Amino acid sequence: MSTTMTHDAGHHEEHPTGIKRWLFTTNHKDIGTLYLWFSFTMFLIGGTFALVIRAELFEPGLQIVNPQFFNMMTTMHGLVMIFGAIMPGFVGLANWQIPLMVGAPDMALPRMNNWSFWLLPFAATMLVAPMFMGAHFMDGNGPWFGWTFYAPLSLQYNHLAYFVFAIHLLGISSIMGAINIIATILNMRAPGMTLMKMPLFVWTWLITAFLLIAVMPVLAGCVTMLLTDKYFGTSFFNAAGGGDPVLFQHVFWFFGHPEVYIMILPAFGIVSQIIPTFARKKLFGYSSMVYATASIAFLSFIVWAHHMFTVGMPVAGELFFMYATVLIAVPTGVKVFNWVATMWRGSMTFEPPMLWAISFVFLFTIGGLSGIMLAVVPADVQYQDTYFVVAHFHYVLVTGALFGIIGAVYYWLPKWTGNMYSDKLAKWHFWLSLVSVNLTFFPMHFTGLAGMPRRYADYPLEFTRFNQWSSVGAFIFGFSQLLLLILVIKCIRGGQKATSEVWEGAEGLEWTVPSPAPYHTFAIAPEVK
Amino acid sequence: MDREATRRANRRVLRNTLVVAAGMFGFGFLLVPIYGAICTAFGINGQTAAIEAAQADKVAVDKSRQVTVQFHAIVNDKLPWAFRPVVSEMKVHPGEVRTIYYTAENLSGRDSVGQATHSVTPDKAAVHFKKTECFCYRQQALKPGERKQMPVRFMLHPALPKDVHEVTLTYTFFNAAAFAVSN
Amino acid sequence: MSVSNYKKTARRLLGAALLLGSGQALAERFNFQPPVTPVAHDIYGLHMMTFWICVAIAIVVFGAMFYSIFKHRKSQGAVAANFHENTKLEVLWTIVPFVILVVVAIPATKTLLYLENTSDAALTVKVTGIQWKWKYEYVDHDNNDANNVSFISTILPDQIAASSSGNSARIDKLNTPEHPYLLTVDHDLVLPINERIRFLVTGNDVIHSFFIPQFGIKKDAIPGYVNETWAEIQKPGVYYGQCAELCGKDHAFMPIVVRAVSKADFAAWMTKKKAEAVKAAEEASSNKVWKLADLIKKGNEIYHGKGGCFGCHGANGLGGGPFPALKGSKVATGPVAKHLHTVIFGVAGTPMQAFGKQLNNLELAAVITYERNAWGNNTGDAVQPKDVAAARKAP
Repeated sequence: MSTTMTHDAGHHEEHPTGIKRWLFTTNHKDIGTLYLWFSFTMFLIGGTFALVIRAELFEPGLQIVNPQFFNMMTTMHGLVMIFGAIMPGFVGLANWQIPLMVGAPDMALPRMNNWSFWLLPFAATMLVAPMFMGAHFMDGNGPWFGWTFYAPLSLQYNHLAYFVFAIHLLGISSIMGAINIIATILNMRAPGMTLMKMPLFVWTWLITAFLLIAVMPVLAGCVTMLLTDKYFGTSFFNAAGGGDPVLFQHVFWFFGHPEVYIMILPAFGIVSQIIPTFARKKLFGYSSMVYATASIAFLSFIVWAHHMFTVGMPVAGELFFMYATVLIAVPTGVKVFNWVATMWRGSMTFEPPMLWAISFVFLFTIGGLSGIMLAVVPADVQYQDTYFVVAHFHYVLVTGALFGIIGAVYYWLPKWTGNMYSDKLAKWHFWLSLVSVNLTFFPMHFTGLAGMPRRYADYPLEFTRFNQWSSVGAFIFGFSQLLLLILVIKCIRGGQKATSEVWEGAEGLEWTVPSPAPYHTFAIAPEVK
Repeated sequence: MDREATRRANRRVLRNTLVVAAGMFGFGFLLVPIYGAICTAFGINGQTAAIEAAQADKVAVDKSRQVTVQFHAIVNDKLPWAFRPVVSEMKVHPGEVRTIYYTAENLSGRDSVGQATHSVTPDKAAVHFKKTECFCYRQQALKPGERKQMPVRFMLHPALPKDVHEVTLTYTFFNAAAFAVSN
Repeated sequence: MSVSNYKKTARRLLGAALLLGSGQALAERFNFQPPVTPVAHDIYGLHMMTFWICVAIAIVVFGAMFYSIFKHRKSQGAVAANFHENTKLEVLWTIVPFVILVVVAIPATKTLLYLENTSDAALTVKVTGIQWKWKYEYVDHDNNDANNVSFISTILPDQIAASSSGNSARIDKLNTPEHPYLLTVDHDLVLPINERIRFLVTGNDVIHSFFIPQFGIKKDAIPGYVNETWAEIQKPGVYYGQCAELCGKDHAFMPIVVRAVSKADFAAWMTKKKAEAVKAAEEASSNKVWKLADLIKKGNEIYHGKGGCFGCHGANGLGGGPFPALKGSKVATGPVAKHLHTVIFGVAGTPMQAFGKQLNNLELAAVITYERNAWGNNTGDAVQPKDVAAARKAP
């Protein structure tokens, strides 16, 4: 250890340059940066798909694409956003921040870290490649069976193997990323940092990583069964061969529900970092936050069938899944109350990260409340597969997961680049996003209650008005995100120099290193009291 | 912790988590038989339990009430068969073993193989619907123009909830040519 | 899109912008369609109760949050307090939500049990979801399915044509109160009021979902499964539903139209339907030889209507994506026997359905004749019902 200490800063700042630096890097900061740029690219691609959907739905009739292409857009939008934007976004944040926050010099398994990132571009290519197969692009040749790829519908798809292998690669990447995070957190913490002293972002990611290891392999099993059904004559899901289409949904949602929490728990962690900083007050109920997160993760394994209330289940099953689902509201409620209590009698300022965190608490809670409504089985009979569900999961995934990621970027960007970003641009980005995201998704509650089913390329005239609001909102929201791109590029290029602490109320190891964080940090482990 | 110890600890985490991941991959496939067993045990999705004939005969008949059992037949479009129950409904006492017949006829000029799936509704009756013999347990092959009567021996278990007055048994026949097994 | 279309779009956009926040926007439907069955009424009550509980929770939580945001800000001179734990408070806000959830769960359980009680139905209707149409079969208690009234309900071709034209003027013109856009089919599902009707719901190819909002019904139609649900319609009228589970390309184009009538009217309709069925069966099985022109005319109707062939193969026979073109295709211009076999028995492992059960011999003969002569396929073949009958039994 003492030898590394003698040649610290200068020597260690050297690293390969150009393409080689990025291809062969094992540095957690480089890999984090790669993940974040990958995530943002996929976010723009998935966003473009969303805008095609919203443009088509602006008015009744098919003006732009045919129904097959439309279905491909809804499918690819979901897949790209979930597996390409949100999940890698969180992994990127984990790569950058977890070693900094636990006082580790790097991730535990740096070479595997490189590999888990570089699988992603190939996986993404394989995922979108079928879109460009077939005679005409506008026929819609990519996956068109919904991101949930229910059998037997998905078995009708001709290029299924591409989809299956893309999911396999994405899964392998996620599992390796999760293993790395677990090893880093368990083995690489600075002396004195006990588990119950870890920052909440680290805690939530630890739990998320365990969820990933538990359920990504189940997804892999699920797509493998689909693959053999399609090409090798098995019949897991085909009634004619003695299989069972409903089995598919059970296996899928056994993965699918924990997956929902994989996409939200790290955001809980981020918000739990940001709010205390700008309220200048310790996080309220630290240990109950940890226990609540763990309970949510546990409960996520026993609620999957609430996605299947209209499939036809015995009443006892429906009751069990309803009760288990509403139970999730309790630990989730604890978290929301704790955040509010942290703000209570604090000394708040409203820098951009805080704005995103507060809007997260506000809007995620709306999504959580509509979640309670959805859990009530008889009412779910009306909501299921309508735009009400679309509104619900966009409130938890856009204003939840995505707002969490954006908030994190605003929070840690000065630490990454060494420069403060433009406050004016940040405010524009925030307020435009906030207004437009609600304009997009709030009316969907009404369209859904009125009975418009989701994944519809065209709709009866009574649904027109709210769809128009949603479309207008979506375009404003989509283009507003380019402001984030401009802001980040400007911030990388220069700006007011950031201090080590960056934010007045910030606490934690990441704020003890200079800004920008040197290429190698914590070569000597810091002591935590 | 010194560097070597950390490395060993990291390898241990790697190994353990990989074992868990591999185990969960297997668990995904294990869900198939688990699901089947749960469905049969609880009558989920109309799956009904088979019962030994000798055992069925020992069940006491509940003469105090009668339940109407309706029989339905569905043929998937891709199977060129006519398929219907010989009687459409009957009244039975819980506990008594009855035999009914369905007829299937191959309307096409080619050999054909079908596989039936079965559903019992309402859900709460499914677990109490016991069969000792059913054509749905195996594939059925019919020659061109061949017509076959196929028996179902069943019993409603006396534990059937009292508020169930009607039980519906439905079979759906599918074209199983792609999955044909030689008998 | 034409210039007038752009203008119209611009006008609508402006209209939408002006309505934002104005009272007129309230004319839109913000909530469920009016319930017309006991179950739908119960669901509506449950939905409103949960909604108001959620609103109350939101007011408390957001009230506290925004109070704090306005009062406890640094610019107001607020100094941060030091507390970060309060066991009593934390226990309280674990228990109170739990109690609220129990309050929600009790009526929910009651309604669920009511919803799932399908017993003592006066009428049973088998509903089959097919890509992309619904088949309805009224189960006759004398039990011979040959006597059951059964028909396929398909969206009208003018609806699809208007939709794919993307022309809003055309859509507006097509949309009338009696025949709303995308909610108009060739054969309505006619049902009696004030009777318990049981639906046995299943699927033929992929999973569909039988969704009628005003009845409080949504049941997945799954191949190999039979799901049960029920309705007792309290008011005569026309009620609309749509498929609610993604089922492929034309998922948005398989509406459900229910016409609820008095018991007497229903009985009369049933008698008429049975007579029609007998007549159609006689016509199809007669040995009459049909003229080419008559077959083409009839086939045209079936191709674009009941058969739903245009859904995949296109109105112009060009297909698209995974769906093969018929124009100039090997099947439609090659040997008739192969064409007959394909249409009657379908193609295994593809979405090509087997129409042998959906259409009678005359209809099959007509649609095959149409396909062999339309779009320049000019084979001149006039396929007769007896050819279909023979093909059904061909080795």
